[in-house]
Amino acid sequence: MADLGDYVLLSMLLFCIGLAGALTRRNAIMVLIGIELMLNAANLNFIAFWRHSENANELHGVMFAIFSIAIAAAEAAVGLALIITIYRHYRTTNVDEVDSMKG
Amino acid sequence: MSLAFVIIAGLTAASAVAAMALRNLVHCALSLVVMFAGLAGLYLQLGAEFVGFVQVIVYIGAVAILIVFAILLTRGMEQPAPARITTATPWAVSIAVAAFFVMAGAAVNSRKFEKPSAAPALQASPGTSKQGASAISVKSLGVRLMGDYVVPLQVLGLLLTAAMIGAVIIAMPERKGEGGGGEEVDRG
Repeated sequence: MADLGDYVLLSMLLFCIGLAGALTRRNAIMVLIGIELMLNAANLNFIAFWRHSENANELHGVMFAIFSIAIAAAEAAVGLALIITIYRHYRTTNVDEVDSMKG
Repeated sequence: MSLAFVIIAGLTAASAVAAMALRNLVHCALSLVVMFAGLAGLYLQLGAEFVGFVQVIVYIGAVAILIVFAILLTRGMEQPAPARITTATPWAVSIAVAAFFVMAGAAVNSRKFEKPSAAPALQASPGTSKQGASAISVKSLGVRLMGDYVVPLQVLGLLLTAAMIGAVIIAMPERKGEGGGGEEVDRG
């Protein structure tokens, strides 16, 4: 089993890859995928710190990760619905071209 | 650091890079699936079996399929996807790299990681593994979800219901005669 530091380093790497992707990609779906990457990095941190904590039988980290996964699923559903609606209206998913909130 | 961790972590990081860097959106979604699977493997390695399987079911089974559907519905794969490097790209990448080094520096300097500590063995199933990686039982998770965490669980159910109804209503095509939304649907 790897050390806690390795997991934290991998989590940081995933978070920064997601951050770079969310900032550079112009497609709204790719921005959402970047946000999903960052959420997953946070989940990995929860699990890694739970596993290496002194009282792992309290299960707090696991609970937090489960709730976080459920909220991420809700976020993905609503976000993709919004993207589909925006595409239907603007005929594009490029976030640079979607610059008006007027219907 | 075990060999399994190195392989899974390398696969996860590489597919994360691929998911963010590939031009074809469908390829990005498939790389994302590999990354989710790698993370599920890491959860299993850490002894959180339930979270690992939840990761497989929710992320690979639901979120990834949802993303593929959104890509197909918005025809993201038909776009030429030019490899544009805008002026914002170097800034964004440098912000991400700087964030990584700030976090890595903070982690390296913290006292917690000075000496590598083995994970303490869980009491739920003692002595199952020589490396201390043992499983927590799903029963204890369920007891806890129905006990201490029952209010957050109910709130989460409410949130998921609201999100489902909201997603359906948001994505529902506008009816004809209520503004110009219906005609735009027909044009596509």
